[in-house]
Amino acid sequence: MPAMLRTLAQKLGMMAHGFHGGVHPHERKLTAGMPIEDCPLAPLYIVPLKQHIGEACTPLVAVGDKVLRGQKIARAEGYVSVPLHAPTSGTVVKIEEHPVVHPSGMSMPCVFIEADGLDEEDHSLERMTNWRDLDAAVLRERVRMCGIAGLGGAVFPTFIKLVQDKKNPIQTLVLNGIECEPYLTNDHQMMLEQAEEVLQGMAIIMHMVGAESGIIAIEDNKSDAARVMRQALAENSELAHVHVAVLPTRYPQGSEKQLIYSLTGKEVPAGKLPLHVGVICQNVGTAKAIRDAVLLGKPLTERLVTVSGDAMPRPANLRVRLGLTLRYVFAQRGLEDFENIQILHGGPMMGERLRIPDVPVIKSSIGLLAMHQDTVMQAHPAEQPCIRCGHCSQACPAALVPNLMADHCRNEQFDKAEAYNLFDCIECGACSYVCPSNIPLVQYFRYGKGQIAQLRREHDFAEASRQRFDARDARLAREKAEKAARRSRVRKELAPAPDKDTTTKVEKSTNDKAEES
Amino acid sequence: MSLAISSPHAHGGDTIRMTMLTVIIALLPAAMVSVYLFGWLAVFLIVACMLSCLLTEAVCLRMMGRPLKTLLDNSAALTGLFLALTLPASIPWWMAVLGSVFAIVLGKQVYGGLGYNLFNPALSARVILLISFPLGMTSWLIPMHVGPSALNMYDFSAALAFFLHGPEALKLGLDAITMASPLGHVKTEWTQGIGVAEALNSYHYSYLDAFLGREAGSIGETSALALLIGGIYLLARHTITWHIPFAYIGTVLLLAAVFSVISPEHYSPPMFHLFAGGLILCAFFMATDPVSSPVTPLGQIVFGIGCGVLTWAIRTFGGYPEGAMFAVVLMNCAVPLIDHYCRPRAYGHGGS
Amino acid sequence: MTHLLAALLSLGAFALLAGVVLAVAQRVFHIEGDPMVDKIDSMLPQTQCGQCGYPGCKPYANAVASGAAEVNHCVPGGERVMLQIADLMGVEPKAVEEEAAAPMLAFVREDECIGCTLCIKACPVDAIVGAPKQYHTVIVDQCTGCMLCVEPCPVDCIDMLVKPELLEHWAWPLPDTRRAAVGHERRGHHAGHA
Repeated sequence: MPAMLRTLAQKLGMMAHGFHGGVHPHERKLTAGMPIEDCPLAPLYIVPLKQHIGEACTPLVAVGDKVLRGQKIARAEGYVSVPLHAPTSGTVVKIEEHPVVHPSGMSMPCVFIEADGLDEEDHSLERMTNWRDLDAAVLRERVRMCGIAGLGGAVFPTFIKLVQDKKNPIQTLVLNGIECEPYLTNDHQMMLEQAEEVLQGMAIIMHMVGAESGIIAIEDNKSDAARVMRQALAENSELAHVHVAVLPTRYPQGSEKQLIYSLTGKEVPAGKLPLHVGVICQNVGTAKAIRDAVLLGKPLTERLVTVSGDAMPRPANLRVRLGLTLRYVFAQRGLEDFENIQILHGGPMMGERLRIPDVPVIKSSIGLLAMHQDTVMQAHPAEQPCIRCGHCSQACPAALVPNLMADHCRNEQFDKAEAYNLFDCIECGACSYVCPSNIPLVQYFRYGKGQIAQLRREHDFAEASRQRFDARDARLAREKAEKAARRSRVRKELAPAPDKDTTTKVEKSTNDKAEES
Repeated sequence: MSLAISSPHAHGGDTIRMTMLTVIIALLPAAMVSVYLFGWLAVFLIVACMLSCLLTEAVCLRMMGRPLKTLLDNSAALTGLFLALTLPASIPWWMAVLGSVFAIVLGKQVYGGLGYNLFNPALSARVILLISFPLGMTSWLIPMHVGPSALNMYDFSAALAFFLHGPEALKLGLDAITMASPLGHVKTEWTQGIGVAEALNSYHYSYLDAFLGREAGSIGETSALALLIGGIYLLARHTITWHIPFAYIGTVLLLAAVFSVISPEHYSPPMFHLFAGGLILCAFFMATDPVSSPVTPLGQIVFGIGCGVLTWAIRTFGGYPEGAMFAVVLMNCAVPLIDHYCRPRAYGHGGS
Repeated sequence: MTHLLAALLSLGAFALLAGVVLAVAQRVFHIEGDPMVDKIDSMLPQTQCGQCGYPGCKPYANAVASGAAEVNHCVPGGERVMLQIADLMGVEPKAVEEEAAAPMLAFVREDECIGCTLCIKACPVDAIVGAPKQYHTVIVDQCTGCMLCVEPCPVDCIDMLVKPELLEHWAWPLPDTRRAAVGHERRGHHAGHA
């Protein structure tokens, strides 16, 4: 009975404050409390032309160009895009395809910069110390041109979220310091060491979006960070309507939509942005980057990276320049031999497994984990049949039914998978984590989503082709009619004998056909 | 090289094998009570069912060209234990073996093996046995410590002879060693126009005995206490959730309460329903069998209510005194439909 | 006898009624044109390649709908399109005989192009641009890879290239249920680089 009552109480508790489901993976925060260290500079930097969600950038530099740190080297294309900047001073040596962080192991165009070792900065952006008097649009443009995208790992261009919308005024800014992935501690350490800078960033964002209140969300396994942030808040008179919320440690507490629900009880409607419920959510690292962009005029050229994993000789929280290769960063912490090692980009729950360490650090590199081959393999044993235990739907933070959805994806019944809300899956991996049959549910969902996208692309292409084909048909018919009309006019003028006319017509039309086909 | 493996790259460590083992452990108290009540006969029955289930599963796996190590998932062993606990101690060995073969072949493997079966394998086998051998499946031995019986089931050789050759081997008449189950007794009396209270009286029915398990019935279903201990263990281990057992038992209690208040002479009281027959065994162990029960919480509640209504209805109006297994098997058919219509409201779809 | 008569009469009356209802329904709900053709056409990949033996996707859709053509002639559509059409038509699926090649794109080697416009005339989807005596170019995003432009070119300056796989269009494959491959792949990679 008590067990049942506890379960019942938990369920009721969840309804009151907390998202549906969730899991408790081993935290393994090896680097908790380790001070941030600077990763040494390297001779070569590789900057992939797409590091955010959205359109890839177009390079603005050519081979042989000298660049300064922070200089714009690629411009944004389209709305959902942000520019890229040189991570150090040096010379552009080549622009070509290179493997990047991607599950396919495929390559994309990258700008290669050979460092000159001087690390000279581009100071062309002025410091906006008077940001309180500046218009939100000016600050927003600054955030965009500094290349800032969500540094919690999603890398959605930040400026897009920083809007003042009359219809949906933003009341609350949520600063996300949850960091619920195992191993990762960079947000944690940033709150401990740079609380003031983070709060400055928060103040700037609140000014930009006109938010009245703010919440700094921290999981209860980081009580020291909560203490430090509370203290910093107490010393900051500007942020009177900001408070620290300590939430129970539960994965994926840090997922934007789940976090908003935990804090406010509001659900972001499917397919909408949080601003539809008057909330915006920013990662603590993003807030710090916004602060640097506005107060110091510094574009995004570095980020904090947790370098860890069970095969990592000397784990650390590092400040790493974007563009350094993983191989180089690992080597700084004593890992040079990658035999029997699996590299994960990000945390173990949502990170990508990389095949080679020669890819560069990018804006989404929240963590670089070196794992023992066996550890990763144990998480991916052979799939067994689903016993329908329902643990996946109990764990799902989006309240989906993963096992049934996976069946539909596997059987290519994509319409049914969509009807089961496939596109509300946030791919957090909680379902696969609890599955006793080791079914790679997330991969089935990614497969389904990919296939649906591909089918849509093909359908749109076919539709466009059909329209062009029809248009061409219509044009040919029109041309033919015009030709025929012209000819008959000419013939009338010449006034030939009626019997001869018929034969010519037949001949002509045969010729026409031959010409067309 | 095109091999892409998706996150998560961590796993909680749950396995099918452990899940099944947890259920087996949860059934141990009930199994121990069955040995206490039916001596060696219970041991023989459990061993015979488990072994023949494992053997049948091995043969099936072999025939289908699947790896034999699948046996280690414990599902066949669990099916055997389940089946044994739902059988009367009086049945001959071949009936137990036949039931085990039914359970594995017709209950599970013909559908494609573990995870694909529509019905609970053990229960479907038990239903087949009950329909095929109505007499053998409803002769309840007088348990030890309950009443005077001509059969000493603690005597190894006597029990073995009974198990292998039936009562004739010991020159025992069935009447001297069997008794009616409470449900059966009430049903029989009712057909002769005797009311529920009087029937219970003539049976010397005691709620305490029923709770502890000192009554006639299938070997594993008699003790509510032992089953509840196992059920709570399953809940505590999160192997099952509260939805099915509570909806199921709650529905039976509610219906029984309402009707026994309306007409106590016609309808058995709720507590009698609770302790009698296989209700608790079915509610905590059979209806919660993951493969053949709904996945979603709401679906599980609907399923539990359906089981409850059917159990009570079959017991009250049906030709068979006990309806729990029929109820579960019938509701198993409805599971795909229930699952489709009882999906939880996904995040961001309606609601506040 | 009366029973038999009653049964016959009542059934006959019912059949008559049903016939009348059906006849009325056909008039009332009559649809102009053949919606089947459009449905089939919407399933076809619209490459307009003519590999089915008809001059374009719509003519093939017409032929299938009228029963003049089998459901399995669309080569680029492959099995998936064949199954969709068979399902729609309610006929038995038939294997597609020719295997579809990887998606292709036409490419004009511009320095060899003499500007004859023959390929422009051949292109069923107007995906080649150029004027007489000028280089012609294939609009990559609109080329269906039908290869109809290759034959007419008098100087053979059109290549069919395999459509490059784009990182953005990469899609997750179905999981490899064996999974033990994690180790093999790593080892293989090391051997390759050592």
